[in-house]
Amino acid sequence: MGIRSRDVVALNAIGYAIVGLFALIAVVPFILVTVNSFSTEHSILYYGYSFIPKEFSLDAYEMVFRNPQKMLRAYGITLFVTAVGTVVSLFVSMMAAYVMFRKDVKYRNGLAFFLFFTTLFNGGLVPFYLMIVRDLHLKNHILVLLLCGMLSVFHILILRNFIGGSIPDALIESAKIDGAGDFRIFLRIVIPLSKPALAAIGMFTALGYWNDWWTPLMFIEKENLYTLQYTLYRILSSANFSTQIVNSIPRLDMPKESLKLALTVVATGPIVLLYPFVQKYFVSGITVGAVKG
Amino acid sequence: MAVVRGIARELLKNKVLYLMFLPVTAYFLVFNYYPMAGIVVAFKNLNYVDGMFGSPWAGWDNFDYFFRSGKAWLVTRNTFLYNLAFLAAYTFFSILVAVLIAEMAGKIFKKTAQTLMFLPYFLSWVAVAAIVYNLFNYEFGVVNSALKSLGVEPIDIYSEVRYWYFILPFIYVWKWVGFGSILYLSAIMGLDHSVNEAATIDGASAFQRIRYVTLPLLKPTMIILVLLGLGRIMRGEFDMFYQLIGNNGILMDGTDIIDTLVFRSLVLSPDFGMASAGGLYQSVLCFAIIMVANGLVKRYDRDYSLF
Repeated sequence: MGIRSRDVVALNAIGYAIVGLFALIAVVPFILVTVNSFSTEHSILYYGYSFIPKEFSLDAYEMVFRNPQKMLRAYGITLFVTAVGTVVSLFVSMMAAYVMFRKDVKYRNGLAFFLFFTTLFNGGLVPFYLMIVRDLHLKNHILVLLLCGMLSVFHILILRNFIGGSIPDALIESAKIDGAGDFRIFLRIVIPLSKPALAAIGMFTALGYWNDWWTPLMFIEKENLYTLQYTLYRILSSANFSTQIVNSIPRLDMPKESLKLALTVVATGPIVLLYPFVQKYFVSGITVGAVKG
Repeated sequence: MAVVRGIARELLKNKVLYLMFLPVTAYFLVFNYYPMAGIVVAFKNLNYVDGMFGSPWAGWDNFDYFFRSGKAWLVTRNTFLYNLAFLAAYTFFSILVAVLIAEMAGKIFKKTAQTLMFLPYFLSWVAVAAIVYNLFNYEFGVVNSALKSLGVEPIDIYSEVRYWYFILPFIYVWKWVGFGSILYLSAIMGLDHSVNEAATIDGASAFQRIRYVTLPLLKPTMIILVLLGLGRIMRGEFDMFYQLIGNNGILMDGTDIIDTLVFRSLVLSPDFGMASAGGLYQSVLCFAIIMVANGLVKRYDRDYSLF
């Protein structure tokens, strides 16, 4: 008994040390950014970044919110694209998953392969870019933000497996005997019973939309269609843009470094705040994917 | 003819269902299959006016250019080695954390730690790049402030490549270990625990148990995930590299990957020849590697193979 509890104690000690270290490393950078966004420009330039701000100030945030048009616009665009995109994506993906689940669909394996092949081979960036810009004329159009990345084969397959695992064929059969059409079965039976999967996949989709900065980078030049992360990127990578966005008279102690930090907090804040509440959906999504099937 | 009639009959029989599949069909035809036809652009001398299918043929010229510029080997090497480092580090630390969490006591601590470790996954690479800049900034970064206070010379990571060989894998693990540990943890939860109990009864120490029971039982999952990861070894993490490195010329040779090369050639130059040749090169390579990886997975455990 004595030997066994000693090694269990040792294991726990190691566990606490390592896991604790990882947790710390995970969160410390973000804490630093947040804390220092509340300090004066002067203290950053003089003392460097620190854990406790030497001089507290709301200057950077004041600057961000003084002329909020661009930020608000970016927020609006991002919220719209995320909400609409996620809903449409879930609906369309779910329909496809349902069709592939139905055993009486003779070509369902062919359909699955049709989808699956796209994960094996793709045409590359150049044809994709040319198609969007030249053939579809989607440059600077809000549709490109919605459509790019809307559907994911893995999500559809996970949804299919979920339906297969949790909706008994007998249920579908009896509904058909009662005279329900396929679409009706889908709306009235499949969707309500798939809420957990929809929540999980929905979260991943929404996160993808929210963090997307690649699509605007490639296809958007009009400022009023910039998304949140793209706006952050523009500001961080160009000093000019950041002064444009805040549009104020230059002062001696003008927040520049702290401005970048404040912007980062504003752009990522919502996610960090929402995150504890939605975390469980992501975890369930990962565990569903981890189980063989 | 009979085949066509057979197909028509099936479509008619389940017409509602096939209609429901239509949006997805249209989407992937447009966004994935049509560009596949566009790979011909790699063999053409592209001019924007004539587009993919109208431009004049150029044979293997683009590939000639791509390989001869020396870039091909450089980015291939970088993509491969970085992805290898990422995969190894990610797998190692995910399993380490997962095993520890599975064995440890202290529910609240574990839950909190997991929540915290998962956080970086949610940040966009734009935000991460901002954070990295703040940490490693030469003038006021935290790292350099700390070094200065210890009397060590500050380091400028943005003008020397060698730091990135460690920084990049480190940041990759930082971002993904939360995700990976959940993956492996759920695999561990799915294992049969009776063997573990038997081992304990037989007098095995916790470490012995982990080494001789848990880890071997975890091997199938690990092998599958590693093989799948190897299958993607030529697909670089574009977001990460582009945000962290940007267009820093000094760092480019040591940190350029296929994806960033193609991107820059297309958007910034524009150097269509290089971009299209590089793109097709990557797609073909990826395809070949995935087929091999999947073949290996199949040999190991049929159920896990992708197809």
